[in-house]
Amino acid sequence: MGVKLLLDKANVPGIRTYEVYRREGGYRSVEKALKEMNPESIVEEVKKSGLRGRGGAGFPTGMKWSFIAKPEGVPRHLVCNADESEPGTFKDRYLMEFIPHLLLEGLIVSSFALGSHDTYIYIRGEYAWITDILEEAINEAKANGWLGKNILRTGFECNIHVQRGAGAYICGEETALIESLEGKRGNPRIKPPFPAIQGLWQRPTVVNNVETLAAIVPIINIGGEEYAKIGVGRSTGTKLISACGNINKPGVYEIDMTISVEEFIYSDEYCGGIKGGKQLKACIPGGSSVPILPANLLLKTATGETRYMNYESLSDGGFATGSMLGSGGFIVLDEDQCIVKNTLTLARFYRHESCGQCSPCREGTGWMEKILHKIEHGHGTIADIDLLWDIQRKIEGNTICPLGDAAAWPVAAAIRHFRDEFEWHINNPVLSQTSNFGLQHYADPIHVPA
Amino acid sequence: MTYTFNETQMAELNRLVARYPEGKQKSALLPALHLAQDSFDGWLPTELMDYIASLLKIEPIEVYEVASFYSMFNLKPVGKFIFEVCQTGPCMISGSDDIIAYIQEKLSIKPGETTKDGVFTLKLVECLGACGYAPMMQVGKIFREHLTKEKVDSIIAEYRATVTN
Amino acid sequence: MSEQNLFKVTIDNISIEVPAGTTVLQAARLIGGQVAPPAMCFYSKLEGSGGKCRTCLVEVSKGSEKDPRPMPKLVASCRTTVMDGMEVKNITSEKVLDARAGVVEFLLLNHPLDCPICDQAGECHLQDLSFEHGKADTRYEFQRRTFKKHDLGKNIQLHMTRCILCYRCVFTADQLTNKRVHGILDRGDHAEIATHIEKSLDNEFIGNVIDVCPVGALTDKTFRFKNRVWFLKPMDAHRDCPTCSGRVTLWNRGDEVYRVTARKDQWGEIEDTPDGKPGWICNTCRFDKKETSDWTIEGPREISRQSVIAQGHYAGNIGTTKPNETFKAVNDGRAPHLLMDIHDESEVNQPNIHLGKIQGPSHGDTFNTNNTHKA
Repeated sequence: MGVKLLLDKANVPGIRTYEVYRREGGYRSVEKALKEMNPESIVEEVKKSGLRGRGGAGFPTGMKWSFIAKPEGVPRHLVCNADESEPGTFKDRYLMEFIPHLLLEGLIVSSFALGSHDTYIYIRGEYAWITDILEEAINEAKANGWLGKNILRTGFECNIHVQRGAGAYICGEETALIESLEGKRGNPRIKPPFPAIQGLWQRPTVVNNVETLAAIVPIINIGGEEYAKIGVGRSTGTKLISACGNINKPGVYEIDMTISVEEFIYSDEYCGGIKGGKQLKACIPGGSSVPILPANLLLKTATGETRYMNYESLSDGGFATGSMLGSGGFIVLDEDQCIVKNTLTLARFYRHESCGQCSPCREGTGWMEKILHKIEHGHGTIADIDLLWDIQRKIEGNTICPLGDAAAWPVAAAIRHFRDEFEWHINNPVLSQTSNFGLQHYADPIHVPA
Repeated sequence: MTYTFNETQMAELNRLVARYPEGKQKSALLPALHLAQDSFDGWLPTELMDYIASLLKIEPIEVYEVASFYSMFNLKPVGKFIFEVCQTGPCMISGSDDIIAYIQEKLSIKPGETTKDGVFTLKLVECLGACGYAPMMQVGKIFREHLTKEKVDSIIAEYRATVTN
Repeated sequence: MSEQNLFKVTIDNISIEVPAGTTVLQAARLIGGQVAPPAMCFYSKLEGSGGKCRTCLVEVSKGSEKDPRPMPKLVASCRTTVMDGMEVKNITSEKVLDARAGVVEFLLLNHPLDCPICDQAGECHLQDLSFEHGKADTRYEFQRRTFKKHDLGKNIQLHMTRCILCYRCVFTADQLTNKRVHGILDRGDHAEIATHIEKSLDNEFIGNVIDVCPVGALTDKTFRFKNRVWFLKPMDAHRDCPTCSGRVTLWNRGDEVYRVTARKDQWGEIEDTPDGKPGWICNTCRFDKKETSDWTIEGPREISRQSVIAQGHYAGNIGTTKPNETFKAVNDGRAPHLLMDIHDESEVNQPNIHLGKIQGPSHGDTFNTNNTHKA
């Protein structure tokens, strides 16, 4: 049983309410931060913790905080990114739905550290009922003096507002989120300037993911150094993994980043193995945009080492043979799944979610979807595979925001690792409509050259 | 047709606007459009968008631009209940295709269509963040998860009952 | 500008000093020629424009003197400001040329290529771009996206199918008029310029959206299907206009004024007036003043020789003279190359010798197979 810092109290009955949350030791970090610490020492503590952004990019949080500009007389804002939309990811939802006060607690401490008096939670529009839960929690916190003016008689003022999005994956990108929060289309901004200099209403702004902000609570409570002792290397602390797909126990798990991928999939404590006793074919370990890996490369690295559930190990081998921890959206595919079809649904997703602002993404995502559709329905040619490869290559890195990369990587990885399955689809246009390429060699042990 | 918020709705709008600094009332546009859509017929006719523009003191085109960008805003009339079924990767590998086919068969409508009695609209949507509870769909404010054919039957019956009674 | 504020930037091995805050694209334009990356969405007179089309991507091989690390990705030169000591590769970077070819392909993917019936043909930036960077074939085999045509009032036609979503016309309406009625609706690959409900654009300065449009998406209805731009003679002219500067280019055939546009510089942007302001023109000048008697003619408009419009400048026409420069002079100092590679056509030409690279007149020896003189 690994360490739990975020979900340790998740099963306490009534933890959603302020009363129980407080009784279980909630809001201690606010007392500590506001009374015993100052903004600089909190940032220091977060730096020491080694906490990396939990939204997907994994950027060190303390460093991000230290970039915020502090011009005289200009208000600063903290914005919580709760626009969780990466396919496979539903961890923030779990956290907000069951322990909303943990997020609020983290937000108050972080707002104090950053000097934000009006802090916004931008939550995806579809999470309407969670918006209600958060609003309710905010009212409770306010009634008990944790929000509003003069918190704990320290003179610190903080208000938290929840704003619902309205159905746009792109608003998870921090500058698109800011645009949306300003009541505009979710078009990502061209950087620089970065939000830390000119963000919400041109004011210095920090945008952090829900889980990142919740992790501030244990960091303040146990101290950055203690937090950094959990985990391994630059993967410190705990990480929420939302596991889904063809497994026995889909759900949100808190791991300490020292367990192996194999243990995570097969242990009863976590995913509980593949559903129906089937075999593992492939996995997208960090949300739909990260490269898909066949079973053999997932459980072991190309050099034959055990792969672990952390930033470094999952990306071992680069994109050639590795993937990314990303947002922690762990999608498992069993032997019956078709990689072509799976890639098609992801390509469709990214086409649907492209904001349409820059040409490679606007035109390229739709083109890739059409070609994949053609292959999936038995009308593809071998040249189409090479064309797909060339299109994704010309999107990647050439767009305004990372959505271009997010759309290109799944296609690239599918072709890289499952090209024979694409070819089989093309060479067996009739058969592929009714049967499946299956597991084939994807679970074979990796041959490690001596 | 002209639209006017009643007192409660107006109070809610004012609460929304008050969350932003002075002069930044445009920030309330998304919540205001949600409010407008929920307050009237579940969609946003031009006149309603113009009304929101006048309340927030912005140009109507700014409202059209935003309303057409976000997939949750309906710019065409919809049924009383919208079945928004997820079809993205994780739901697909968990069997969303069968659920979609079953709903189409049960309601005799294709995606994007509304039943003749105006009760149900079927919409295929992309990932709603419920991948661990797949297959799933959103109906109004809530998620209906772990869908099976039996569950779809009972959900349809449940909503139909609210209309006939 | 004091000395300290000058930054040295090297683009394609050519160095130039520019004031701090200058973008890479602007610096490259100061150098000129092929060093200047193409730009489809950036428009220096429109605040906030640029960054979207991705045609001006360049490689920054050295960030600055202080921090020499190269930038990890190609950057949009129109929105990247120079740093002191920065080194940039445009046409000297394989990566850039490859990415740019990709962008051109993306921009043309859903473009109707209806140049033969498009009023913009001959002065279309997309046409120039695809001529310079595009391929003759398309790899796109699906149905192209189409939109219905829209009238935006009595003078402006919107042909959305041709649009590349550069947002310039939206910025123009925002910055030149007090009330914008058109904008970007929908998102992704079905995003479009529209008014949502039938509305006309009638602000006195809205006609400028025609001039900023890089393609034939917004065209002048008073000129629609009237003539090809290359058959017209551009003449600079002015009138005493109470609304705008009244400084325009008339596009004439004989004595007849076919259309009126603002004056454009070599980058296709509106020229500044002598007092340093952008020379936007009003609708009255643009749409209503179609008599030569309305105008004081200043003389012929200089048009870049690369433009197809320049072919109308033959001798004997009013005010124009026959060019007396050599081909070399107008072709950036490069002598003419053979237009056709005959290697594949003729046995005579062995071994492979690039005829364009032979110094001086060639004779039999040049083609002698034993000859080591290989170009």
